[in-house]
Amino acid sequence: MLSASYLHIFSAALFILSLKWMGEVKTSRYGNWSAILGMITAIVATYIAFPFDHVPLMFAAAIIGSLIGIPIAMNVPMTAVPQQTAISHAFGSLSVALLGVAEYYQRVPHVDPFTMAVLSSEIILGFLTFMGSCIAFAKLQELIPGRPFIYKGSNVVSLSVLGVAAALAADLVLHPERQILIFAIIALALVFGFLLVMSIGGADMPTVIAILNSFAGISGAGLGFVLNSKILVVAGTLDGASGLILAIIMSEAMNRSFVNVLFGGFGAVSSNGSGASSNHIQRTVKSYLPEDVASLLDGARLVVVVPGYGMAVAQAQHAVKELSAILESRGCKVRYAIHPVAGRMPGHMNVLLAEVQIPYSSLLEMDEVNPLFPEADMTIVVGANDVVNPAARTQTDSPLYGMPILDADKSRSVVFIKRSMNPGFAGVDNELFYLPQTMMVFGDAKKVITDITAAVKKN
Amino acid sequence: MNALPSNHIAVDLLVFVLSAFLGLELVRNVSRLLHTPLMSLTNAISSVSVVAALIVMSEPRKTDSIVLLTAVATALAFVNIVSGFMITERILKMFRKEKKN
Repeated sequence: MLSASYLHIFSAALFILSLKWMGEVKTSRYGNWSAILGMITAIVATYIAFPFDHVPLMFAAAIIGSLIGIPIAMNVPMTAVPQQTAISHAFGSLSVALLGVAEYYQRVPHVDPFTMAVLSSEIILGFLTFMGSCIAFAKLQELIPGRPFIYKGSNVVSLSVLGVAAALAADLVLHPERQILIFAIIALALVFGFLLVMSIGGADMPTVIAILNSFAGISGAGLGFVLNSKILVVAGTLDGASGLILAIIMSEAMNRSFVNVLFGGFGAVSSNGSGASSNHIQRTVKSYLPEDVASLLDGARLVVVVPGYGMAVAQAQHAVKELSAILESRGCKVRYAIHPVAGRMPGHMNVLLAEVQIPYSSLLEMDEVNPLFPEADMTIVVGANDVVNPAARTQTDSPLYGMPILDADKSRSVVFIKRSMNPGFAGVDNELFYLPQTMMVFGDAKKVITDITAAVKKN
Repeated sequence: MNALPSNHIAVDLLVFVLSAFLGLELVRNVSRLLHTPLMSLTNAISSVSVVAALIVMSEPRKTDSIVLLTAVATALAFVNIVSGFMITERILKMFRKEKKN
């Protein structure tokens, strides 16, 4: 029993080291291996301390889980990592929530108030995260529309559902023997998770995924309190803290609060009045062909690429890589400007560009890349929109106002590759379209870039 | 195990608070390049909840439904452990500093 506690301390240290090593690319793979070792240690130590029956059943469960996990991990395309992450939050939180229910049945009817309070909170959090993550998965996988589903008073309805769940949980703390309440709490938590994520739009998914990550971790820590397992408290809390920091970074990058992301219904179709109406004068944009872009690229010294979710949708990352390769072979520097909320999860664009073997020293964060724009001969915007909208700097009535943006408008020329003139997620017109140095090229991102590359080769 | 619940609670709360501060500091220092693999890694780490499954399985008053719930929870956690570590490794392998020529 004692040796198991020491092994758990060792395991906790390995998890902490793992996050430390994860800080830099150089050491990141040690980080992964240290966590793997920590996991094995934790499981073995627990097995030593708590011998259990049903060993074959548990082995079978572990093997079935692994057999599901391995093909997922090997085959998921990098563009689909956001939805894979969402579904793994669903698995993790459901696992913790089911264990909470199992532990409740172990102890009922004698559950002390503290344990019951933690258990019921953990069960609510676990089931709402499960359902919320399933909805996030469905939105990212485009099984259901990504736009926010809101109606008048939708926030009042969802918060009331959560309120009732909390009230029933309080009753359960006082009367732990009322077993029927646990089912009511589970049902309400599922409904709340459903309503919460249904009301959030696709482009807010980076924040939502980070918050769900945090919830999944915290519910695990809650189970650690109930079972008096320190390793669970440590691991769950580290996960919770990680998700929280990522969510904070994402909201800051949009100049919005958590509450606004969760309950603001941002990007709903009903954006009448705000921003859009002030620009109702019909303005014309200049549409160009890939050949025009190629001729301007002749002799360019520095090109900045701004990737966005559209690049992932069009699977254009390989085409982007080919264009960069040919430009670099002609002595032109190519850099990538990565906005924190570009894509559908934190770090999404970095992974896609790393996948096509673009060195990470070329992937620049907003603070690093913004001073480069005035020197750039050309900025190519591939599938991004709101993150380069200058309205965020100047138009106080715009929903984007105050959001830190990439200064693409300061470069000598801007090429905007877009499928159509549809506005971005925020439903706001983009000032950048109408600037004199902007060239709009309409079409599928992958095809347009391939055509530009072909034309550059001919020059 | 339930001998000194109040004492356990205090120690667990201490562990919780310290881990929270440590986690916030550690993750704040993670390069933005690595936020995606960080998420897959922490997902795998938090699936150490299989430990909870083992503890529940070792407790005396098990009914069939408790055994079933625990087995399902174990399978779900293993999906995350295996896929989380493998995806993290896959992503990290892709990051390279310079071009190989």
